[in-house]
Amino acid sequence: MHIIDRRPDPGGKSLANRQRFMRRARALVKQAVREASGSRKIREIDGGGAVTIPADGVHEPSFHAGRDGGMRDYVLPGNKKFVSGDRIQRPKQGAGSGSQGSADGEGEDSFRFVLSRDEFLDLFLEDLELPNLAKRQVMGDAAEKRHPAGFKTSGSPASLSVGRTMRRSLSRRIALKRPNPVELEAMRSELAELEAASGDGIRIATLRAEIERQERRARVIPFIDPVDLRYRRIEVTPEPIARAAMFCLMDVSASMDEHMKDLAKRFFSLLYLFLTRRYKQVEIIFIRHTHEAKEVDEETFFHSRESGGTVISSALIEMAKIAALRFPPDQWNIYAAQASDGDNLSSDNARSVALLRETILPMSQYYAYLQVGRGDFDREDGVFARQETTLWRAYQELIRPNLPMAMRKVNDRRDIYPVFRELFERRDETAEAR
Amino acid sequence: MALKSLKKSASEPSKSAPLFTGRDWDFPLLSRVYDAIGEIAEKELQLDIYPNQIEVISSEQMLDAYASTGMPLFYKHWSFGKHFVRNETLYRKGWQGLAYEIVINSSPCIVYIMEENSATMQTLVLAHAAFGHNHFFKNNYCFKQWTDATSILDYLDFAKKYVASCEDRYGQESVEQILDAAHALMSHGVHRYPGKHALDLKFEQRRLEERQAFAEQHFSDLWRTLPKTAAGPKRDHDSDRRRQMLGLPEENILYFLEKNAPRLAGWQRELIRIVRQIAQYFYPQRQTKVMNEGCATFSHYRLMTRLHESGQITDGSFMEFLHSHTSVVFQPEYDDPRYSGINPYALGFAMMEDIERIATQPTAEDRSFFPDFAGCGDAYGVMRDAWANYRDESFILQFLSPAVIRKQKLFRLVDDSEDDEIVVASIHDERGYKAVRQSLSRQFDVGRQDPDIQVADVDLAGDRKLILHHNVVDGVTLEAKDTAKVLHHLANLWGYDVKLLEIEDGDTVAAHDGSPSKAFR
Repeated sequence: MHIIDRRPDPGGKSLANRQRFMRRARALVKQAVREASGSRKIREIDGGGAVTIPADGVHEPSFHAGRDGGMRDYVLPGNKKFVSGDRIQRPKQGAGSGSQGSADGEGEDSFRFVLSRDEFLDLFLEDLELPNLAKRQVMGDAAEKRHPAGFKTSGSPASLSVGRTMRRSLSRRIALKRPNPVELEAMRSELAELEAASGDGIRIATLRAEIERQERRARVIPFIDPVDLRYRRIEVTPEPIARAAMFCLMDVSASMDEHMKDLAKRFFSLLYLFLTRRYKQVEIIFIRHTHEAKEVDEETFFHSRESGGTVISSALIEMAKIAALRFPPDQWNIYAAQASDGDNLSSDNARSVALLRETILPMSQYYAYLQVGRGDFDREDGVFARQETTLWRAYQELIRPNLPMAMRKVNDRRDIYPVFRELFERRDETAEAR
Repeated sequence: MALKSLKKSASEPSKSAPLFTGRDWDFPLLSRVYDAIGEIAEKELQLDIYPNQIEVISSEQMLDAYASTGMPLFYKHWSFGKHFVRNETLYRKGWQGLAYEIVINSSPCIVYIMEENSATMQTLVLAHAAFGHNHFFKNNYCFKQWTDATSILDYLDFAKKYVASCEDRYGQESVEQILDAAHALMSHGVHRYPGKHALDLKFEQRRLEERQAFAEQHFSDLWRTLPKTAAGPKRDHDSDRRRQMLGLPEENILYFLEKNAPRLAGWQRELIRIVRQIAQYFYPQRQTKVMNEGCATFSHYRLMTRLHESGQITDGSFMEFLHSHTSVVFQPEYDDPRYSGINPYALGFAMMEDIERIATQPTAEDRSFFPDFAGCGDAYGVMRDAWANYRDESFILQFLSPAVIRKQKLFRLVDDSEDDEIVVASIHDERGYKAVRQSLSRQFDVGRQDPDIQVADVDLAGDRKLILHHNVVDGVTLEAKDTAKVLHHLANLWGYDVKLLEIEDGDTVAAHDGSPSKAFR
């Protein structure tokens, strides 16, 4: 019989298999991750955690008997009241016996996959890059970094540097010629030998004297002296961090229906997720507007409806105001996303464009305009040759290369992700509209 | 039972000091415990075991071992990753505990034990795995016939390296395609009977001469005068010959493909062979769940009891052992939410205990049911014979006693889909014993658990379609969705279309088709 300790063996034997599984399920997981994003709150979207993928995709089939039909025999334990010949109502699901079911009794309806936050985001935001991020600023609160900065002679026991202390202790002991325990032991055993053999008397006497002298020395010179103690010194320095403020502007006039809001929400979610990946701190400001704009919380933003006209410039003014008040552009990276159906009051277009050009765009890192459409109606663009909205045309004239602004049209839920990708795809030139 | 043995030991004076007292263990303790168990196992139970190799592993490593069906080395495949992820999730959430040990049918017999186990649990798992399972592996005829314990680790090492080299040379994806397909057919990649040897010329000639001699001996001119009848199906000699050349019908589908699939390259055949060999290696384990666990559980129970009686383990550890032993052999009743089929540990242990009772203190009923060994006195001898020469199906049929049926209150249901109610066919009474026993025995027959599917024919003259037959028993047909997927894999390996006919009493009750998506090259 041998006993082998396998614990020190390198772990992660299954890593290669897990990676193969991940590769196999990648497409499914990716899809599940994107589906999951729709049902979460904007702030919770990056939680990582479990996604569920259909087991079908990673199912291992085998020949086995179907669940129904035919004549089956079961032997079960624990009979209480039946006698032979009794007839029992058939239970709703099968015969209540697991013995004929799948071989290992594992249900395979769906497969839960636990992803770390990073895995989640990696899958979600493959190959995307945030345009034009910059502006780091030293903040007062909680933005500090601790790093080691040498040693000190006093401190808490937890920060004792054992290595450094022992080094100093050793050099002190050498310098003061503290007797070496090995040598001392050797002398003692020599003495014992001599005494046992009752040998050379003079040698015994010198040895005794020498041992006593050395022992006294060892008592006087301590192994570790308080002067040896060294503690690690930690220095705290404030760290510049990049912060972002994300403005969500949405038109909530009667012409925006739930479908459009849902599209807008998905877009905002993606943007939020994207920003959190790059910035430690992301603030979201929800501004909704009809003919006048108001800052609201997320719930109200998406779920309550208001009637009124549509004046986009009101939202832009509100945004400029809030930014000036709370998010000075020299300290914050400002991103804005505007969702609208494009039905602006026509007399307001010129004003909005002017505001954008003179106030909003200069202070923003990026400005995205998303024009949401009414489901499948707009998909038949070619047939009805629908006219571009006035806002769209106005914005289009504004677009220049090197201007941090982009605009896209979205009609359907499944367009959101592609459009988002298109906007933020990794490329040299940022923000180029078609 | 548990209490009885406790009292007995309390009244006896302790013969030796306990091997350990606390829950901590170390390596010298493990070998002392092993030696103590080994002595009882050899002297009293007369167990005959492979040398043991005990490996201490952590829970992480146990999860790894789970994923590759417990084997210490295995080729890489995504399905193992899937099992790993699933087990890991269940374990981390606390929905599933880990096994205390894993034992591998190899020589030396590898026993993995978890570092978290207490000293008592280490004693228990050594008794259970290193002696109980080990004896069973070495002596049972299924394992002797189908597995070679000395070479399995070398073979797995070869398999792992071969699959890795194929991945390097032909790409992970092409290897994965073959392995996926072969895994789908794994349950139909085993030989169930010892193979028929190919005829040699000498034997064939002798057979021919014998037949001729027989014909001459029984020659009667009268036969000539009988009118020729046109009745009876005419045999198609061409098809007979074709099937004979291909070795059909063949129930080992992977074997058939490995030898006969027209479009596979050499390395692809070798991969199929690897999957097939591994399926064959695990086949005996599927056939002997009840016996294997019964043997191991009975052995550990007896060994632990003896250790306690001689004072080598303390009352406290014995209580700890009893606690885990009783939860292992717990059989929930059919209407219990915890019920998930018959617990092989419970059934196996109950049967082994009952064999001992019958051999030593039989009742009149036992004498009529088991005239061969009732009252023979040598309980261990009877058990060792059973462990060596039976598998679950035959063991239950031969040894399940009325006493166990009564104790477990077994009853038999018949569920006929044409009837709108389920019938209680027999219960644990005089009239029911034999029917219950027969039915339970069939429930553990892998030959019935796996549908009987055979390669029946190949359309060599036409489109090379492979034709399989499923011999339907009791009207239970295959699950259509999975069958279609497996047939798709099968068609990919075969390279041409395949057809599966489900046949009951000569009538085709269902048919499934599969076409290759792309032939492997």
